[in-house]
Amino acid sequence: MLIIIGMPIVQVLIFGFAITNEIKDVQIAIIDNSKDEVSREITQKLLSSEYFLLNSNLSDYNEIEESFRGGKIKEVIIFENDFAFKLQRDKSAQVQIIADASDPNMANIVVNYTASILKDYQRSYMAGKYIPVTIVPEIKMLYNEELKSVFMFLPRAITILLMLISAMMTSISIAREKELGTMEVLLVSPLKPMQIILGKVFPYIILGFINAVTILLLGYYVFGMPVQGNMILLLLEVLLFIIMALSLGILISTIAKTQQTAMIISLLGLMLPTILLSGFIFPLENMPIILQLIANLMPPKWFIIIIKAIMLKGIGIAFIWKETLILLGMTVIFIGLSVRNFKVRLE
Amino acid sequence: MDNKNNIIEVENLVKKFGRFVANDSLTFEVRKGEIFGFLGANGAGKTTTIRILCGLSSPTSGKISVAGFDVYKETEKIKKHIGYMSQKFSLYEDLTVKENIEFYAGIYGLSRNEIRQRSGKLIKKLGLEEEKDMVIGSLPQGWKQKLAFSIAIIHDPDIVFLDEPTGGVDPITRRQFWDMIYEASHNGITVFVTTHYMDEAEYCERVSIMAEGKIVALDTPAGLKKTFNASSVDEVFLKLAR
Repeated sequence: MLIIIGMPIVQVLIFGFAITNEIKDVQIAIIDNSKDEVSREITQKLLSSEYFLLNSNLSDYNEIEESFRGGKIKEVIIFENDFAFKLQRDKSAQVQIIADASDPNMANIVVNYTASILKDYQRSYMAGKYIPVTIVPEIKMLYNEELKSVFMFLPRAITILLMLISAMMTSISIAREKELGTMEVLLVSPLKPMQIILGKVFPYIILGFINAVTILLLGYYVFGMPVQGNMILLLLEVLLFIIMALSLGILISTIAKTQQTAMIISLLGLMLPTILLSGFIFPLENMPIILQLIANLMPPKWFIIIIKAIMLKGIGIAFIWKETLILLGMTVIFIGLSVRNFKVRLE
Repeated sequence: MDNKNNIIEVENLVKKFGRFVANDSLTFEVRKGEIFGFLGANGAGKTTTIRILCGLSSPTSGKISVAGFDVYKETEKIKKHIGYMSQKFSLYEDLTVKENIEFYAGIYGLSRNEIRQRSGKLIKKLGLEEEKDMVIGSLPQGWKQKLAFSIAIIHDPDIVFLDEPTGGVDPITRRQFWDMIYEASHNGITVFVTTHYMDEAEYCERVSIMAEGKIVALDTPAGLKKTFNASSVDEVFLKLAR
């Protein structure tokens, strides 16, 4: 009942709020080398647009890379020296826009918004002076210069696939044993419940791992997607995510009595939220705050952050230990819950 | 109680699901080597009792021992000494006959050698030489049932629990099935069988009849017929059910 009534409501709400390509309060950083009235006016205009939020004023170019690594800042805007003066004398001045293109969609939108605000300013600047001037935006996409969408797609494909194979397949295969009655026979046998579960889960760890590696290899050889970061760290994180998904699958199977129920729970309860609320299709940053909070409960969200960080930005555990810890915590919780459920079922 | 000839001893077994009492103070014992029939209408509480004796479910209260082990503390030991065949058909449909035998034998910790030996013997005994590499799903129901029983006793358990083993099987196969039960019993395996086919009750050495969670009668088929002045167990059952 809850599913029948609740599902459409949830879906409509999610789709209604989430399917939006608008941006709001995107965090940016600014390097203002000229600090004159024009650059200040432009900054003002950008920040009053509701689209952007100033995260920090940087002074050094070296800080750009670092601020992107934190993951919060999506764009850095750099005004060149003597901005107002050049605009006056040369009738043209340069603004450098650097975007975090590890999410190409987001980067594109952010850059376009910025550029159009600059255009807007340019028009109003000319309106008062009747001199043709141009503010030249020089755009740079960091981490993914060609804006290949496959760079964004690949980490997400790995996430979805691992979720599908690990969580859904385990839950279905355990539910299948229950449905067919073979689970009872296994439980009557001298095998310990832990052995049964490990036996069911182990093949999927291997399978999931092979799949992830295949995708990585395909990405590298077919789409030229490099892994910037530490390969071993990446594989360890993949393993962690697989185990998390498997424990989720076991949890589902302790609830579901038949294969069909297991499938429906996995599909509706896992796949849809995974696709909708993990930043897979719709940028999380633009969602209403409630959905963002719910998204925090979705393991894939954290995994996507981790794997994008390692693959595209090449950063190490120092920057993603928090996300890793969250995944680890979720795994422990899921395992704990399913062990409890498993015992209760035997009573 | 504490009779060495008893392999199962149950005293005041109670199992409640919430407020529903599935087993209401059952007391009975099963003797070593006998074929013990556990009769009752659907929902009388037979399966619940079997599940408790197998360690699949824990009793609410009562003193129960199976194969000399306590069901509360020594479930793991009990599991090594029992075989179980559930109502639901319980072989892997997508594995072959041979694979199924080997898998279950492996679960019970038989050595490679033993597994090879016993599966060969079993396949020969059931006349499945030609079908041994066929997947179970393609076999007729009767064969599957016989195979499931053979697999349930492949590790030579002390007791085998059969929960309505002959459901949905034709009379001839049922007859053959009972021949196999006799053979197992002859080999010293105690058979605990539930059924709602009353003619099958006549094959048992002793029969208990359950109704609404209670045991209402327990005796040999002949004894029951005498006590209730009936010509068949079926008649006894109908009298009791009324």
